[in-house]
Amino acid sequence: MTFDLILLQAFTGVALGTIFVLVALGLSLIFGLLTIVNFAHSQFFMLGAYVGVVVLAVTGSFWAALVLVPLVVGALGMVCERVLIRPLYGRGIDYPLLLTFGLGLIILELVRIFAGTEGIPFNTPEALTGAVDLGVFFFPKYRLFLIGVTAAILVALWFFLEKTPYGLIIRAGARDPEIVQVLGVDVSRVWLIVFGIGTGLAALAGVLAAPIRGVFPEMGVPVLVEAFVVTVVGGMGSLLGAVIAGLAVGITVSMTSLFYPEMTTLSMFLLMAVVLVFRPRGLFGRAGVLD
Amino acid sequence: MGSRDILAVSRRSLLKGAALGAVGAIAAPAYLRNAFAQTGPIKIGFPVPISGPYSTEAQDQVRCAELAVAMFNDAGGLNGRKAELLVRDDKLNPGEAATRALELIENDKVNFLCGSLSASVQLSVNQVAKQRGVIYNSISQSDSINEKADFSKYTFHEGLNPHMTAGAVGRYVFPKFGKRVAFLIADYAYGHEMARGFRNAGKAFGIEEVLEIKHPLGQTDFSTFFPRIQAARPNVLIVCNFGRDQLNTVKQATDFGLKQQMKIAFPVLLFSQRLAGGPGPFEGVFGGANYYWGLEEKFPSAKRLNDAYRAKFNNAVPTDYGALGFAGVYALLEGVKKAGTTDTDAMIAALEALKYDAYKGEEYFRTCDHQAVQSVLVLESKPQAQVKSQYDVFSIVDTQPAEDKFLRSCSELGHG
Repeated sequence: MTFDLILLQAFTGVALGTIFVLVALGLSLIFGLLTIVNFAHSQFFMLGAYVGVVVLAVTGSFWAALVLVPLVVGALGMVCERVLIRPLYGRGIDYPLLLTFGLGLIILELVRIFAGTEGIPFNTPEALTGAVDLGVFFFPKYRLFLIGVTAAILVALWFFLEKTPYGLIIRAGARDPEIVQVLGVDVSRVWLIVFGIGTGLAALAGVLAAPIRGVFPEMGVPVLVEAFVVTVVGGMGSLLGAVIAGLAVGITVSMTSLFYPEMTTLSMFLLMAVVLVFRPRGLFGRAGVLD
Repeated sequence: MGSRDILAVSRRSLLKGAALGAVGAIAAPAYLRNAFAQTGPIKIGFPVPISGPYSTEAQDQVRCAELAVAMFNDAGGLNGRKAELLVRDDKLNPGEAATRALELIENDKVNFLCGSLSASVQLSVNQVAKQRGVIYNSISQSDSINEKADFSKYTFHEGLNPHMTAGAVGRYVFPKFGKRVAFLIADYAYGHEMARGFRNAGKAFGIEEVLEIKHPLGQTDFSTFFPRIQAARPNVLIVCNFGRDQLNTVKQATDFGLKQQMKIAFPVLLFSQRLAGGPGPFEGVFGGANYYWGLEEKFPSAKRLNDAYRAKFNNAVPTDYGALGFAGVYALLEGVKKAGTTDTDAMIAALEALKYDAYKGEEYFRTCDHQAVQSVLVLESKPQAQVKSQYDVFSIVDTQPAEDKFLRSCSELGHG
């Protein structure tokens, strides 16, 4: 066990962590701003990959898929919010939770019926195939690209929420919807847009993950678990928390697979348990949510 | 996904409990059942995991098994007595499978059982079949079903077993690509049995095991294992996992450039996963198989199966595991023809004496453990440039012939 190996392992963990951050973002955003636990998150993720396959087949461009997929699936998410979730606001957190759970099952079955259970090939885009030689170790270009994309998404999201007037309204609406409404803002429209962004992000994560994990109907199932662990460890509703938790989970998983590979999957749950013992709201969770 | 198999530690005791519980729930004397069994259609109960992670394979097993039944019926059945397939979803769960098997026996009065797609599920169905005295032809990979503790005279095994499958692949790759071998193993019965098969085969070639990593079932990302694997500098990386784990492993290993440094081989290289993954990730990967549709160039029986499948299913071809569903039912129905009856003891004698060519040349059931002695293919996935049609994905680089010597000996298995 050399120092080099441990360093590489840590780096692999960070790269893996950015994927965890990516898949958790949509879930974390919707929870943080709407207090809705979106159980259909994993299926919007999967749907993103499938829509990506269609866009890729039609346009032949991975980059077109990156732009169109979040728009298409985000719009679909907005329809779901408008028709299904809006009637449930003010009824307690378990109503939308159960509804989105059912919605997820329906999306999954529809994809199985129309696209088959076999799965569809999804190649890494030509420009990003191959590995970069980092001395003793090869690292895929595509994973380096993912680190960059995730960072870009985070910066854009932060800028939108913290620095634009629209972000100000969204944050205010999340804190006190009644007052914001009294001030003449249509809060339900704000929620509609937030839900659309959240599902769009889930779909974007799906199409970005497709070259690594493949495209098949059940691809979202483990994602819900991963996204939940990241969101809970980071603190429900905290974007900064999601970033730090995602990286922490990635490094934990990576280090565990070096010393005790059988426990790789379990290690993220152990991390979650330990964090919750010392910080019941997660690392950056704010008071009031889920209390 | 598939995490049920993590319970494999106490698998045997768990299975027995599940099977016994189910048997106790619906009890009817066996003589009543046998009285009805000699008239009416020949019923074959077919429990497979239609839902769950292996649903793609299971659904193809059903399609192929239906073809075997149709073939038998079109040829006139047993003096006009037609066969019928009763498909049930075992949900890849040993308890569920035991219950379904028992219902098939007690309520539906099936003559035979065939099916299952996981070692632990098949052992559970086998427990029930043993207890009720019903012939069961299993079509899933398992070593322990051949062993004395699980075997009974009612137990037949059309599926390959890990010893012969991993053995065939190991004997091909070890002398060709080098002695330094690393193992990446899914941490449950399938992975462990396959790894044992490779190690046994490797002894003759003096392989040096440079690394062993066990990974949890249903892992989404394998990248964190790659630094250690690369640091160990093996000539061959043996990956003993199945289903989507196989797809994820090859996709990610290709991205990380592992294939530039070593050869990758699986015990079973899945047709379905190769179709889902595309040629790039699988290029140059080796693995074993019971069947590949390309066998039709050599065997009329393979062509017969492919043509029947093409005619009915939109010009597609059967998968490896699907074809096993065909072979399992085909062997039973050939036995019925030979015995001239569905009587259990006469059937056992007929099956033990049977030589049959279901889909890849002649096979027979070895008397001591009822293992189907059959060929094992070693496949290499073709690069994009050589792929001529949608299903043209593998080349058959070696065939281990259908010979007794590639199985563990009867005495080794505990049979007298």
